[in-house]
Amino acid sequence: MKRSRFPFVATTLILVFLYLPILVLFAQSFNDARFGGSWNGFTLKWYKLLFEHRGVITATENTLIVAVTATLLSTVLGTLAAWALHRFQSRMQKVHQVLIYGPLVVPDILMGISLLLLFVNLSVPLGLGTVIVAHSTFGLSYVAFVVLGRLQEFDHSLLDAARDLGAGSWTTLWRVLLPLLWPGIAAGALLAFTLSLDDFVITFFVAGPGSSTLPVQVYGMMKHGQPALINALSVLFMSATFGIVLASQFLLRKRYD
Amino acid sequence: MKPLRSIKVSPVHDGPLKPGRLDRREWALTLPTIIWLVLLFAVPTALVFLIALRPANPAGGIGEGWTLATLKDLMQPAYPAIIWRTVWLSVVATAICLGLALPVAYYLARLSRRSRQWVLLLVILPFWSNFLIRIFAWRTVLHPDGWLKQGLVFLRLMPEDATLLYNSGAILLVLVYTYLPFAILPLYAAAEKFDFALLEAARDLGAKRFRAWCTVFLPGVSRGLLTALLVVLIPALGSYAIPDLVGGPGSEMIGNKIAQRVFSDRNLPHAAGLSALLAMAVMVPVIVMLLARRDESKGGGRP
Repeated sequence: MKRSRFPFVATTLILVFLYLPILVLFAQSFNDARFGGSWNGFTLKWYKLLFEHRGVITATENTLIVAVTATLLSTVLGTLAAWALHRFQSRMQKVHQVLIYGPLVVPDILMGISLLLLFVNLSVPLGLGTVIVAHSTFGLSYVAFVVLGRLQEFDHSLLDAARDLGAGSWTTLWRVLLPLLWPGIAAGALLAFTLSLDDFVITFFVAGPGSSTLPVQVYGMMKHGQPALINALSVLFMSATFGIVLASQFLLRKRYD
Repeated sequence: MKPLRSIKVSPVHDGPLKPGRLDRREWALTLPTIIWLVLLFAVPTALVFLIALRPANPAGGIGEGWTLATLKDLMQPAYPAIIWRTVWLSVVATAICLGLALPVAYYLARLSRRSRQWVLLLVILPFWSNFLIRIFAWRTVLHPDGWLKQGLVFLRLMPEDATLLYNSGAILLVLVYTYLPFAILPLYAAAEKFDFALLEAARDLGAKRFRAWCTVFLPGVSRGLLTALLVVLIPALGSYAIPDLVGGPGSEMIGNKIAQRVFSDRNLPHAAGLSALLAMAVMVPVIVMLLARRDESKGGGRP
């Protein structure tokens, strides 16, 4: 049977649609003109201006502090939760599961406003701490989700074998379980890290003065001029995330071969 | 079943345990996340509904006592228009996303394993870039001084004074752009499991290509369609940054109003009332989905 060419053509057009704005952004970041109407020649001045921009530097530091701390917290909590969900099937785990899936379903703006209301009610001052807590909350759900997926294909007889060969609980945990679960935990942590780097809406609601992350900073710059600087910043930011994703893709593939 | 449960499970067994046992290790593993999520997810969500019934205080905080003033305010004629716009923009964006994702998912599922991985990576990669950056990229493309507008004017496809930005059309475009990968992934996962011999059988039995596709392929990936629908519709209903950055004053969505009440008017109870409304709007598709899944498992349909 001759296959239709329509799916191929549609996919190609959609890939063009997906990459077109990104390519325009790349080109613009080297354009000497402030706006995209004309090409005034190649320049690196926007990148230079970017590295001298105070707000951008502070925001980058904040972003990294938040992402690293929130990733650590959510990886530990999310892995524990996934193990509990997998290992026990009590009524408590049903409640647990609903709570874990909640942050995955709720739109960002609802999570942002509800956390803001909580912090205002408890008179917690908004700052890096509140941002970290917010990011850990959605991060742990994603980690639990990814690790749980891994656990479903986990071979439990390996643990029994370790025990039969005389390993204690801790030895089994450190020498057998964690090394085997490691790819799942790493994938979950990586997801939590990129989601933390990426989050704008929730951070916007729970960040106080001086605790802007990069996306919040980018938003401010978008609202108040400096489009050419954002082009350059976007290209750097995007290259960093693409690098992380491609590297992880490469590492995970190697492991399976 | 009772006697079975009371059989003592050997402590060396590490597979899923039978229900009905609460041991100390379970508490130790479960309590940290339960406490965290009750305090930082369940309680805040309940607060949204409670604070909608509190008066605002002039300093931008939450006043004492209880009031129905916010609920009355939400009856003002300006709100139904915004709610209606939020719903139709989200529904149309979801429909377009599903329509575009279907041929991609189909194409991916029929590729060889090797090239499939690469095309899939190509599809997902833009979605890993920052969400604001993608919106900003569209602002550059649609900018009044940008080449797209100039090109369209030059080709006389649009008048000089029209704008591509700051209207509902721009919001729709960027919503589709942002959530398209969300729709492609679950549909691809469903299409990958679809048995394509069924399509060929339908063709052999005389069905035209499009008809076979509609009556065999679409029902075959119905689960993926349902998931794709949810993962696009729910965030679209709650969008804030997209209408804020590419929409105009005449194309606000609920998300814009919530943010306005928080950041410009400092009226938290009002923001809470609007959020409660949004939360209920999001619940509708979730409940429909749960019911559909239940019917599916009850009716003995496909697994």
